[in-house]
Amino acid sequence: MTLSVSLAHAFPGFRLDAAFEAPAGLTVLFGRSGSGKTTVVNAVAGLLRPDRGRVTVAGRALCDSATGLWLPPHRRRIGYVFQEGRLFPHMTVRQNLAYGARFAPRGATGADLGPVVELLGIGHLLTRRPGALSGGEKARVAIGRALLSRPELLLMDEPLAALDQARKEEILPYLERLRDETRVPILYVSHSVAEVARLATTLVLMHEGQVERTGPAAEVLADPASAQAIGLAEAGAVIEARVVGEEADGLSVLQTSAGRLYLPRIDAPPGACLRIRIHASDVILSRGAPQGLSALNILPGRVEAVHLGEGPGAIVRLRSGQDVILARLTRRSVVALGLAPGTECHAIVKTVAVARGDVGTA
Amino acid sequence: MPGLSAEDLQALVLSLQVAATATAVALPFALAAAYLLARKSFPGKQLFNGLVHLPLVLPPVVTGYILLLAFGRHGPLGILFADLFGLTFIFRWTGAALAAGVMGFPLMVRAIRLAIEAVDPKLEDAAATLGAARPWVFLTVTLPLILPGILAGAVLGFARGLGEFGATITFVSNIPGQTRTLPLAIYSELQVPGGEPAALRLVIIATVFAMAALMISELVATRVARRIGGA
Repeated sequence: MTLSVSLAHAFPGFRLDAAFEAPAGLTVLFGRSGSGKTTVVNAVAGLLRPDRGRVTVAGRALCDSATGLWLPPHRRRIGYVFQEGRLFPHMTVRQNLAYGARFAPRGATGADLGPVVELLGIGHLLTRRPGALSGGEKARVAIGRALLSRPELLLMDEPLAALDQARKEEILPYLERLRDETRVPILYVSHSVAEVARLATTLVLMHEGQVERTGPAAEVLADPASAQAIGLAEAGAVIEARVVGEEADGLSVLQTSAGRLYLPRIDAPPGACLRIRIHASDVILSRGAPQGLSALNILPGRVEAVHLGEGPGAIVRLRSGQDVILARLTRRSVVALGLAPGTECHAIVKTVAVARGDVGTA
Repeated sequence: MPGLSAEDLQALVLSLQVAATATAVALPFALAAAYLLARKSFPGKQLFNGLVHLPLVLPPVVTGYILLLAFGRHGPLGILFADLFGLTFIFRWTGAALAAGVMGFPLMVRAIRLAIEAVDPKLEDAAATLGAARPWVFLTVTLPLILPGILAGAVLGFARGLGEFGATITFVSNIPGQTRTLPLAIYSELQVPGGEPAALRLVIIATVFAMAALMISELVATRVARRIGGA
């Protein structure tokens, strides 16, 4: 089940010209505000008619300016989770959830009320009205409502943007289960790298109405050339790790293909597979094996690429085992250490660099 | 009812019948007009808006006279309705209802339009993405949300219908049992010597019914608003 999008639309002072393919799984449209993410999603949903474009879901065309095809929103079979929830205030949660089901075509397969209510943990809310729900509860009901219309594609426009960190933590596990347990592809708009690292299988980087980079999330995140688009402060690689166990001093031990990592206690059983995000700015490189350092996490690797930006900074991509680590250095350090593709070196990762919110199941 | 003469009762029943009919018939048209004005843009919208509001700013006597010209026995619309539906207005209670409906129309449109403008179109978009076609969106989302506004419009229209005087007397005259509604009955009593006590009785009745309509609508409106507001 793939989504294929190709759009061109001109607003006063802004041009959108974007094309990408989204395979099964969760595809994140990533970019700063004003980069055209929501415009893309609205065009896919049929709420905005682009000047030119073609959108297909699993081979079914939703619109095609070449043939004049334009399906109205209600015939697209798309579930749209809006940033503000947009629950119907005059209906109970149950009525909101059931709203889309009656319009789904006979024989449409998809989730039923029971499992969705269980998946999202909203069973105790069914008789309430949206006015009596918290932000996090509203977001979960909005996701359930979209899912229960039995869509062929789920669109999510920053469903977590209006929530505080605690509420985000409350919803993220549900989104992960959604990604892993339903076969519905998801197109997810975000400008948070933490969400990308945790949720994305595919990443589409958008910048000023254009698609700058697209590909598997880990690959795009590990590309130094993407660092500028993601934002230097946020740039970093995502690697997979397996929980080995817990040491007596409270540190968890994680095995990556590059070596072992020690993290403050992680809430996951031994054997669990996790995604770990390592900020490029939290990685120090050393030519020799470092000694006498307080840092616990030192991974050996080989430089694959050196990406010089316009300023005094540089991003170095390191291959460490099967994984890729990004390091943000100064040009001066690159020259002083003589870093070039092929150079063997060690990456020193500060333990604190792996934040709780960035750790998620793969 | 003690203290009410047969004529009083007749005027009261007629008034309620005229106002209720006027409200019921005008309401769907007011809803349509309000929706057009709130949500659509079309050429001549300002002119349409002006026409809708005309009865509000014209002297009622002028509106009554225009109705007489249009819906009278030889008026173009009068002939049309007589031919199509066998419906005549002149000197009949149906004419009083028409006058009441026309006078109340702008009030209904204004109340409903405000309610429609308060509904976030984004909610309607959300319903569309869930698979609802346009008419369904209106029935299941827009209509329930503007119900308090429709109710307010209906009450305003009904009250205006109960109180309508100028257009009615100009259009369909003052015929007991046909067009003599409460205000016309009060006016008639005041024209004869010694009619003040009877007039006062009718004034009290009119006040009681207007107040009752207002309070019932307030009650229903708060209930609906609470239902929409959550909790």
